[in-house]
Amino acid sequence: MFNKTLKYFLSVWMFLAMSTSLSAEVVPQAEGSNPEAAPLDAKELILEHLKDDYEWHIATYKNKKISIPLPIILYSKNSGAQLFSSAKFDQNNGCYKGFYISKTGKYKGKVVETDASGNEIRPIDLSLTKNALSLLIGSFLLIILMLFIARAYKNEPVKPKKGLVGAMEVFILSVYDDVIKPVVGEDYKKYRYYLLTLFFFIFFNNILGLVPIFPGGANVTGNIAVTLTLALSTFLIVNLTGTREYYKGIFWPDVPVWLKFPFPLMIIIELVGLITKPFALMIRLFANIMAGHAIVLGLVSLIFITAHMGAALSSSMTGFSVVLIIFIYFIEMLVAYIQAYVFTIFTAIFINGARVKPPKTEKSLEST
Amino acid sequence: MSLLTPDLGLVFWMSIAFGIVILILTKFAFPPIIKGVEDRNKYINESLEAARQAREDLKNVKADGEKILEQAKKEQAKILAEAVESRETIIRDAMDKARKEANVMIDLARKQIEAEKDDAIRDIRKEVVNLSFDIAEKLLRKNLDQQAEQEAVINQLIDEMNIHKS
Repeated sequence: MFNKTLKYFLSVWMFLAMSTSLSAEVVPQAEGSNPEAAPLDAKELILEHLKDDYEWHIATYKNKKISIPLPIILYSKNSGAQLFSSAKFDQNNGCYKGFYISKTGKYKGKVVETDASGNEIRPIDLSLTKNALSLLIGSFLLIILMLFIARAYKNEPVKPKKGLVGAMEVFILSVYDDVIKPVVGEDYKKYRYYLLTLFFFIFFNNILGLVPIFPGGANVTGNIAVTLTLALSTFLIVNLTGTREYYKGIFWPDVPVWLKFPFPLMIIIELVGLITKPFALMIRLFANIMAGHAIVLGLVSLIFITAHMGAALSSSMTGFSVVLIIFIYFIEMLVAYIQAYVFTIFTAIFINGARVKPPKTEKSLEST
Repeated sequence: MSLLTPDLGLVFWMSIAFGIVILILTKFAFPPIIKGVEDRNKYINESLEAARQAREDLKNVKADGEKILEQAKKEQAKILAEAVESRETIIRDAMDKARKEANVMIDLARKQIEAEKDDAIRDIRKEVVNLSFDIAEKLLRKNLDQQAEQEAVINQLIDEMNIHKS
């Protein structure tokens, strides 16, 4: 019964997604102007999507923006803590209580205010932006999904699972048995739940980012702040639970003394390595997901760019684009998995590297 | 370039969201799932082990059964052989005994016959004696009047008797 409803819901949702996705992201550019007169600025459109936003723009219909206003939370040195809806900007010609969204310069697209000398300054901005809301929704859905699965195991622990739970079990175990256990090594029990959470958090948000309509579609895991936090969390886990042997390897590695004594060359190299590992994680996830979104949007834009170039070209380009978008979507689903997998496996490798044990064989040789 | 500068607000929200997800999933979601799967694996392994054990036991039982059957057959053959032997012994014994018994009986019969014969002879003799006496009496009663005749008879009798006795 549940499965049937779920299937029905999914198919309706997919249909809606298909029919609205293509227009939803693109049409806003035509806002307030004659579409034939103003050709689509694809670059601006794509960049706007890739960046965070203070409101959740869903569609523009007959020059009217349909969007979900989001709360803006600020702390300004001039006026203290502030909380108001992003809709206030539109209602007050873009400026509310001295705050406005910068159009140019260093803080383009961010909420700013002006100081006494007229410079734009940035207040402390904890606004619940589009990406933040998407993160919260994604986290909530992930928690619901996982708790739903966990409940099936609490109710009937030994019985084999079917349907969604069974599929998720295979998925969870593939990560658990093929990544976490072999890569982390003997200490895997301490880290397994963190690594599972990491994988499913990234994977779920990647997939949610591919869903074109409301709860999804935000460029969450393609946002550097998100990947920064993930990488930072990996960095902390790896370096706060390292063994003595691991720290010895960093601060007093087994190399000739001249490499580390007067000038601590090796130590600097090791410390740089410490930073570059999570940095690479951060950039890899960010770049891959962002690029995916950019490609899809670029291909969608192609339809609208060629719209003014005659029926033959326009229709053939539309067909071409749609085929390519579908192809890219499949690739992106693969990428969503691969990037979550890679992030998890690298975190596991770093953890394994930080759990080095003192070499036992040498000691046993000495003692004999 | 703003794409590459992390926004502090989003880092803040991300930390909260990710923190909560880690907290809830590592406490309430993944442990029961992993535990359930491991329990099931353990259960399956134990069941397989039990099945293997049972199969082995069954094999042993079969072997045992065959051994018992074989032993029973042997026992049966032995018992049969013994039975045949004891039957023959019994028959032989019985025949021996019967023979002895028969001999004894025959002996007894013979003795009895002997005895009966003796008795009969004795009876006959007694009868003869009695008859003799009767005859003698009758003779005596008739001839005792004459002396001479008496003596003659007596002598004759004595002679006869002597002759008989000798």
